[in-house]
Amino acid sequence: MTSKDDVLSVSVWRQTDDETGTFQQFDVPRQESQTVLDIVSYIQQNLDSTLTYRFACRVGMCGSCAMMVNGEPRWTCRTHVQKAAVDGKLQIAPLRNLPVIKDLVTDMDPFFDKWTKAEGVHHPSATRHDAIVPVDTTTAQRTIANEGIECINCAICYAACDTVSGNGDYLGPAALQRAWTLVNDERDGGHETVLDAVSQNDGCHNCHSMGSCTHYCPNELNPMKAIAGLKRETAKSWLKW
Amino acid sequence: MKKPARTHRLWLAYMLHRLSGIGLVLFLPIHFWLLSLALTDRAAMADALQFTAHPLVKIAEYGLVFLLAVHLFGGVRLLVLEWARPVSNRWTDVHKTLAAFAVALAFAVSTLFFLRAL
Amino acid sequence: MLNLRLYMLQRLTALVMVPLVIGHLAMMIYAIQDGLTVGEILQRTQGSVAWFCFYGLFVVAVSVHGSIGFRVILHEWANLRGRALDLVTLATGIGLLILGSRAVWAVTFAELAS
Repeated sequence: MTSKDDVLSVSVWRQTDDETGTFQQFDVPRQESQTVLDIVSYIQQNLDSTLTYRFACRVGMCGSCAMMVNGEPRWTCRTHVQKAAVDGKLQIAPLRNLPVIKDLVTDMDPFFDKWTKAEGVHHPSATRHDAIVPVDTTTAQRTIANEGIECINCAICYAACDTVSGNGDYLGPAALQRAWTLVNDERDGGHETVLDAVSQNDGCHNCHSMGSCTHYCPNELNPMKAIAGLKRETAKSWLKW
Repeated sequence: MKKPARTHRLWLAYMLHRLSGIGLVLFLPIHFWLLSLALTDRAAMADALQFTAHPLVKIAEYGLVFLLAVHLFGGVRLLVLEWARPVSNRWTDVHKTLAAFAVALAFAVSTLFFLRAL
Repeated sequence: MLNLRLYMLQRLTALVMVPLVIGHLAMMIYAIQDGLTVGEILQRTQGSVAWFCFYGLFVVAVSVHGSIGFRVILHEWANLRGRALDLVTLATGIGLLILGSRAVWAVTFAELAS
C-alpha cells in the first residue's frame, strides 16, 4: 500500500516546439536519500523514455546537470528531494536565461561564448622552452585567484542573475569571475587584455551587486566579490589614465 | 529550504535602490518646477507650499525623504562594496548587515523629518 | 548598459553627492519645522554664493547620475537599445540640467539680476 508520503508529485518541463512548452505531471516513488537527478532519471527510465536531460558525473564535479528546481537554480545531482520538495511537490524546469534545446536541456553556447568574450582564456607569459617558475601559493594575490578556481561552469549563477535576464548581452557572473581569477594569476600574461575586455558595453560595470550569483553558487564561490574586484581595478586604471 | 530566487537580502537592497532611484528621477522635475515659480509666479509658489500643510502631503514628503535617504545610504554601501578592498573574510555577511543598517538609518532620518514636519 | 566611462561618471557623481545629500537632508529637517513659506526659503538662498554653488553642483551631479541610472533601467526593463537609448539618456540629462539650473537661479540670483 502506498501512502501520500511515498509518492512525489513532479511536474517536468516538456518542450513542445522551438518556442514553447508545458509542464507534464509524473508520480514518482519516494526513496531515502533521493536526489532531484534520481527523480529525473526515474521518469526517463520508467515513465517516459522521450524525456531529455543532461548529466555526467553525478557527484557535483562536471557541472552539467543544473536545472530550475521549484524556481531555484540548483545542481540536481547534489540536491536532495527532501530539501527541495515543497508539500511533496517538485517542479523541474530547464535553466533560466539560456535557450532550451529540448525539455530540460539548455543550449550552453551563449554561456561559454561569454567566457571567451571576457578573455577567460589563458594568455601565455612564457613558452615551453622556459623553465617552470614555481607559484608561491601563500601570496595575497594567489589567495584571491584561488577563491575562484573551483568553478565548474554549471551556469547556476548565470541562471540566478536578473541582470542577465534584463540584458542578454551582459557577460554574467561566471565569465567575469573567471576574468578576475586570471587578473590575479601571475602565470597569465594578459591582465590588461582581460581588464579591457570586461570594461566594454556589456561587461562587469553592468553588475548591480544583487548577489543572487553568490547566494546560489553550489560551490560557495563569490562571483559578486570577484566582479567588485574587477570594478575596483578598472576604476583605478581609469583614474590613473 | 532556501527562499525563492529573488527574496534574499541583497536582492531586496538592489530592488529598493532601483525603485528609489526611479522615484527620485520622476520627482525631481516637479521639485525643480516648484522652485522655478519663484522666478515666474510667486503667488503660485505660495499656493503650492500651502498645500504641504495637508497631512497626506506630509506623508508623501515622508516617503520622498525616505527614498532620498535610502538611496544615499544604500549607495554609500555600494560604493564601499565596489571600491573598498575586502578586509573581512565574511564579506557577504558584512554587506547583508550593512544593507539592513542602510534601511534602518534611512528610516530614522526620514522619521525625524516627519516628526518635525507634524 | 554601461561601459567603464559611463560607470565612472555615475560613481564619481555619486561620490560628489554624498556630502551634498547629507547637507540637503540636514537642511530639510532643520527647515521643515513650522511649515515652509516662500519668504523663508528665499530669505535663506537669495544672493547667496554658497547656496548657489552647493545646489548648482548638486544639479549638475544629479543630472549625470540620474540620466545614467535611468538609462540602465530602461535598457534592462524596457528593452531600449542603440541610438534610442543614447537619445533618451541625453534627453533625461539635459532636461534635468535645464530644469534644475532654472530652479537654482530662481531662488538665488534671479531677482538681483533683473
